[in-house]
Amino acid sequence: MSKFRVVHYINQFFAQIGGEEKADIPPEKREGAVGPGLAFNKAFGDEAEVVSTIVCGDSWFNENLEEAKNTILDMIREEKPDIFIAGPAFNAGRYGVACGSITEAVKTELGIPAVTGMYIENPGADMFREKVYIIETKNSAADMRKAAPKMAKLALKLAKGEEVGASAEDDYIPNGIRKNFFEKKRGSQRAVDMLLAKINGKPYTTEYPMPDFDRVDPQPAIKDLSKVTIALVTSGGIVPKGNPDHIESSSATKFGEYDITGVDDLTADGYETAHGGYDPVYANEDADRVVPVDVMREFEREGVIGKLHNKFYSTTGNGTAVASSKKFAEEIAKRLIADEVDAVLLTST
Amino acid sequence: MVKEIERAGLPVVHLCTVTPISLTVGANRIVPTIAIPYPLGNPELSPEDEYKLRKGIVTKALEALTLEVEDQTVFE
Repeated sequence: MSKFRVVHYINQFFAQIGGEEKADIPPEKREGAVGPGLAFNKAFGDEAEVVSTIVCGDSWFNENLEEAKNTILDMIREEKPDIFIAGPAFNAGRYGVACGSITEAVKTELGIPAVTGMYIENPGADMFREKVYIIETKNSAADMRKAAPKMAKLALKLAKGEEVGASAEDDYIPNGIRKNFFEKKRGSQRAVDMLLAKINGKPYTTEYPMPDFDRVDPQPAIKDLSKVTIALVTSGGIVPKGNPDHIESSSATKFGEYDITGVDDLTADGYETAHGGYDPVYANEDADRVVPVDVMREFEREGVIGKLHNKFYSTTGNGTAVASSKKFAEEIAKRLIADEVDAVLLTST
Repeated sequence: MVKEIERAGLPVVHLCTVTPISLTVGANRIVPTIAIPYPLGNPELSPEDEYKLRKGIVTKALEALTLEVEDQTVFE
């Protein structure tokens, strides 16, 4: 039997083209396996082989979603693959969104078995878990050794038309699809077992997890901008030059509060970005590109807004845990309310 | 972060380039921006034009604050 043909999608970083300064490269196709493709070839053994690798910059993909999808679909079509794999993206947000988007497009538009992989907190996971198979990985590339065989195993199952097991058996992120099967014990027994375990403080697993719809209702609109104080908050890592609070370039454990009393403009001499997840050149040249103090000051002078709050808040949203972001924002909101701020503009990179 | 600020009681506009992420996260008022490394700018423009561009986006965000929304809304 000949080997299944596999096309693999990776970003500029895993193709070893470069980091953030190369995140804007358009898609290109290379023959054979590149970077993590080698781990996949090993995992596929003699059953499948990466015949071609498509590389695209993470920023380019996300800033040109439709064009990126179409260009890459054309490249994939030419290779007539039996299997498509993307990533894994681990905890890289833009890479996760790219992997999810292209995997979904391959599955629906080309009808080719497709698998990707990422960390559960990657924004791409929530966006695409119900649409494509996403193997759950850890949050760093150190997990490649374990992730590649899981992705390869599921991809081969799909290519051979074998039945895919439950998410827990085949290591993918639950996609909300339920299957009927016969339990060994009847429902009443299982329910009583669960109840006893619960009463005794022992672990038990519910058979019907409640969906986690964590939505917040929109706050009412501001009636008159000219009477309110507005604060600027960013996950783009803008800090006074030298990063006095040592906010981490990724996986931030803190946020900064910076006084901008009398500051009309965030200049290159005074401010920079601490964020390690995007090309910092532009924000370092002019931090108003991320935190628009200059424009807000003009609106303040003209009376369009009542006041620009004299402090801005900043952290780096780069692989930062959801729990940390939540904690930062709760504290920021508390301080803003204590300072009688009325509304917030939050910028993200 | 957007969600926690809104939950605490402050209306908030999320200005970001990758709006699908913002929708997934749960922002209610969303204003799309220019590019990931320079959401509110464009280094290829002259400083004057770049300032105008930024002013336009911030104006849109301020308008978004004055509009009642029932559900997640992207202000294109």
